[in-house]
Amino acid sequence: MMRVGFTVNGVRRTADGVWEGESLLYVLRERMGLPGSKNACEQGECGSCTVRLDGVPVCACLIAAGQAQDREVRTVEGLAEGGEPASVQRAFLDAGAVQCGFCTPGLLVAADELLERDTAPSDADIREALSGNLCRCTGYEKIMDAVRLAAARRREAV
Amino acid sequence: MGTWTPTAAGLVPAGLTQSAARGGIGESVRRPDGALKVTGAFAYSSDLWHRDMLWGRILRSPHAHARILAVDVSAALALPGVHAVLTHDDLPAAQKTYGLELADTPVLADGVVRHHGEPVALVAADHPETARRAAELIRVDYRELPVVTDEASATAPGAVVLHPDRDDRHAYRAPHPNVLHRQPIVRGDVAAAARRADVVVTGDYEFGMQDQAFLGPESGLAVPAADGGVDLYVATQWLHSDLRQIAPVLGLPEEKVRMTLAGVGGAFGGREDLSMQIHACLLALRTGRPVKIVYSREESFLGHAHRHPARLHYEHGATRDGRLTHVRCRIVLDGGAYASSTAAVVGNAASLGIGPYRVEDVEIEAIGLYTNNPPCGAMRGFGAVQACFAYEAQMDRLAAGLGMDPVELRRINAMRQGDLMPTGQRVDSPAPVAELLRRVRDMPLPPPLDTEDPDIRDLPGGLANTSHGEGIVRGIGYAVGIKNVGFSEGFDDYSTARVRLEVVDGEPVAMVHTAMAEVGQGGVTVHAQIARTELGVEQVTVHPADTQVGSAGSTSASRQTYMTGGAVKNTCGAVRERVFAAGRRRFGGDRPAWGGAGLRLDGGKVVTADGEVLATLAEVLEGEEPIDLELEFRHRPTEPFDPVTGQGFGHVQYSFAAHRAVVDVDVELGLVKVVELACAQDVGRALNPLSVVGQIQGGTVQGLGIALMEEIRVDPATARVLNPSFTDYLVPTVLDAPAVPVDLLELADPHAPYGLRGVGEAPTLSSTPAVLAAVRQATGKALTRVPVRPEHIVD
Repeated sequence: MMRVGFTVNGVRRTADGVWEGESLLYVLRERMGLPGSKNACEQGECGSCTVRLDGVPVCACLIAAGQAQDREVRTVEGLAEGGEPASVQRAFLDAGAVQCGFCTPGLLVAADELLERDTAPSDADIREALSGNLCRCTGYEKIMDAVRLAAARRREAV
Repeated sequence: MGTWTPTAAGLVPAGLTQSAARGGIGESVRRPDGALKVTGAFAYSSDLWHRDMLWGRILRSPHAHARILAVDVSAALALPGVHAVLTHDDLPAAQKTYGLELADTPVLADGVVRHHGEPVALVAADHPETARRAAELIRVDYRELPVVTDEASATAPGAVVLHPDRDDRHAYRAPHPNVLHRQPIVRGDVAAAARRADVVVTGDYEFGMQDQAFLGPESGLAVPAADGGVDLYVATQWLHSDLRQIAPVLGLPEEKVRMTLAGVGGAFGGREDLSMQIHACLLALRTGRPVKIVYSREESFLGHAHRHPARLHYEHGATRDGRLTHVRCRIVLDGGAYASSTAAVVGNAASLGIGPYRVEDVEIEAIGLYTNNPPCGAMRGFGAVQACFAYEAQMDRLAAGLGMDPVELRRINAMRQGDLMPTGQRVDSPAPVAELLRRVRDMPLPPPLDTEDPDIRDLPGGLANTSHGEGIVRGIGYAVGIKNVGFSEGFDDYSTARVRLEVVDGEPVAMVHTAMAEVGQGGVTVHAQIARTELGVEQVTVHPADTQVGSAGSTSASRQTYMTGGAVKNTCGAVRERVFAAGRRRFGGDRPAWGGAGLRLDGGKVVTADGEVLATLAEVLEGEEPIDLELEFRHRPTEPFDPVTGQGFGHVQYSFAAHRAVVDVDVELGLVKVVELACAQDVGRALNPLSVVGQIQGGTVQGLGIALMEEIRVDPATARVLNPSFTDYLVPTVLDAPAVPVDLLELADPHAPYGLRGVGEAPTLSSTPAVLAAVRQATGKALTRVPVRPEHIVD
C-alpha cells in the first residue's frame, strides 16, 4: 500500500492506502470522488476514461496511479471554469451529441485538447483526434457537429 | 441557447432533472440531464458509492457445458478482506431460477453449466482486487459434457437435451426439445403461385452474433434495509420486470425490494435480462453491507444476452413484369443456453420475415434453438434485423434475375396502407414504403472519390496507408425494412404515469413520475415536453424512475414515447379536467364560460375555446391540495399468432425506414469504407426532431457495425467465446462512421398519441442490407454472410 499525490484540476490531492496495481482511473473514481472519467473497458480501447496527464490525453485506465505522482491531471470535472461551461461542453448539448452520455466525458477531454492545438480542424482532423473514443448511441454525426460548432464559436470569440 | 443549468457540487441522482428548457412537443428541446452529463456529475450505476460498501464478484464457468462435481470455497473464504462466498447451495428461497419469459435461468449454476460464462459462485470483499483473487481461489471440479452448437447438432439423434423437463407454454408444439419455439405463417397457395413465376431466386444467408456493446458496464448497488428488505440502484430497461424476477429468488415480497433507476450507459436490448441484480442483493443481504458490482468489459460480453445469430433460407418468385408471386423462407435463430426473449424474437422474425412487400402467397417458418452457445435475446431490431438482411439481398438478386432496377422492383411491390401482412393483419395506418425509397434515392449523392490527390484518411484502410486511390471501386445500394412497435402477440402492454400539479410561490409547477428507464434515448426530455404542452406550464420536473410508481413497461420495442409518452399525455389530460372542475367550483357561479366546452390550459392560464382567459392556474389552485394522479395507459389490444397458420392481429404499429449506402471498396485488399448512409424514415410525428434524428443516426451506424465488423466469435468445437473485448470485438469508431443525412417523413398514425411512430429500431434494419448491396455492386461478390470480412471480398 502506498500514498499517491498529484494535482487534479488545479488542486493538490493525495490518496492513502493505494494498492500498487490500482489505475489512475480507479484512484480518481473510487478514492478522490471524481467519477466523471468513465470505466467502459479498462483496457485502453474505448477512450471513456480519457484525461490529460501533463496536458497529454491518456486513457486513465492504462496509467498506474503511481505514474501520476506529482503530475498534473485534468478531468472532465475540470473543463468548466468558474461554474461556466466550456464552449465544447455547451456545443455537445446544443448539437444533440449527448444521448446516454457515457462516452461524453472522454470525448469532451479529447475534443478540448484538439481545439486547443487546432482552431480550425477539418472533418478528417476531427475524426482522427476522436478515433480513440467509442460512442454507441449517436453514430458520431452529432459529435462531429458539436466539435465543428465549438471550433466555430471559439473562432468567433477571438 | 439558454439550456445551461448550473449543477450542484458533487453527484446528483440520475433522473433528478429539473428542466431548464422551455418548449413543448415538436421542439428540439435540450436534454434535462445534459448539463449533468457534460460535467461528469451524472450518477451512472457504476459511479455509486456507499460508506462500508463491499465489492461483489461473480465466478463464471470456463466451459460451455459441464457437470459440476464439487465446489470448494474454503481458500476464498480464508482470504483476508473476504466477507462472503455464495454458491447455489446458499440460495435462500425455493425459487432458484429466473427469466424474462420463462424462468429457466439458474441464479447460480445448479450442478451443471450450459454456456461459457454462466455464473457459478459469488464473492463479496472490501476491494475489487481482493474479490477477484478470492474468486480465483474457488475450486470447481468440472466434468465437461458434449456441446450442441447449431440446428444440426441440436436436433441430431441422441443430441444432448439442454432442458429435458420442459413444461413451458411453447414445449407442446416444439418439434424437438432443443427447439424452444417454432412459428409458421402460411397464407395463400404457394405451390400454385410458384407455377406463375417467370423468375425464381433462392438464397442461403448467415447472420453473425452481434453484441449491444453499450458502454456503461452492467453495475449497481444493493443496500440492505432495516426491515429485512433491500434497496437496489441499478441500470436496467424495465424496473418492474426486474422486480418480478428478483423478489421471489430473494424470498422477499416485492414491496421489500425497492428499486431505483441509476444512470444507464446505453442499453439497446442488452439490459432486458437481469445481470448482476440478484447477485448484488444476495451478497448485501448475506453480509448486511452495501454491495456494488461492476462488470468488466470481458464479463459484460459473457454476462448478457446477445443478438441471435441466424441462418436463413429464402425463395422469391416474380412474374416478368416484376410482381412478386410468392415467398418461402425458413429462419433459424440460435437462442443459446437459456430462453431469454427468444420466443418473441421468433414471432417477430416470422411475422416480419418477408419485409414491407405485398405478397399474397407466403410460407414462413421461424424457429429458435436451445444450444450451448451464449444466450441470445433482445437487441435493437429484435428478429426483424436478421430477416431484413436476407429478404433485401433476395430483392436485389431477384432484380438481377429480372434485369430490373432494384429500387424499381421494390417500388412495384411496396406495401401500402390497407395491405395485408402475411399474418392477415391489415396495415391500418400510413405505410409509405415507396415514398421512403423515392426520397432516399433523390437525396444528393456525395462527391466522387478524389483519385488525383485523395486524403488517405478518406480511403478504405485510412492511415494504414494501404492505398492512395488505386484499386478503389465505389458502390451504391438500397434497402428498406419494416419493424413492429410495442409489445405484440396479445401481451398486455401498458405504461403508468403519475403527474402532480401544484402552485409553488405563485407559480404552477408540474412533476412527472414514471418508472420509465431513461437509457439515453431522451424519454425524460419528451415527457417534460408533453407535460408542458398538455398542462400549459413551463416548469416541469421529471422525478427519478423507481418502483414507487406503477410499471412503465420496457424501454424497448421502440415503444416508450408511444407508451409512457402516451401515459403522461393521458394523465395530464385527467389532471387538466381536475383543474377545470376546481375552477368551476371556485368561479363557475359567476362565469358561465367555465361550463363551456373546449377549455384548455395555456401559458399558466385557463383559456376558453375563443381565447378568453378565465383565470390563472395560480388563482384556481391557490390553497388547494396538489392535484396528483397516477393512471395506466394501454395501446389497443393485439392477439397471438395462430400456432399453425400464424394468422392474427399481432402487432400494434409498424414503422418503416429506407437507406441508401455509398461505399468505397479496396477490391484488392477487401477493405470497405462507407462514405455515406442516407436514411429516410416515417416517424409519424417528431416530438423532438433533434432526438429523433439522433436515434436514426445511431441505429444506422449499429447496422453498419454488423454489416462490416461486429461479431462475437464462438468456437464451434467448444462453444467458447473467442473475443470478449473491445480489442477483438470491433465497434465502429468515428473513422468507420459515415455521414448520415436524414429525411424525416411525418405521416400521422391515427391510433397513436400525437400520431407518433416508434423510431428507435427501424433504422437498424435497412442499414445493414443497404451496405451489403453497395459492397456487392462494387465487388460483384454474392456476400451472403454478415459481417463481411476482407477474405469474403478477396477470395
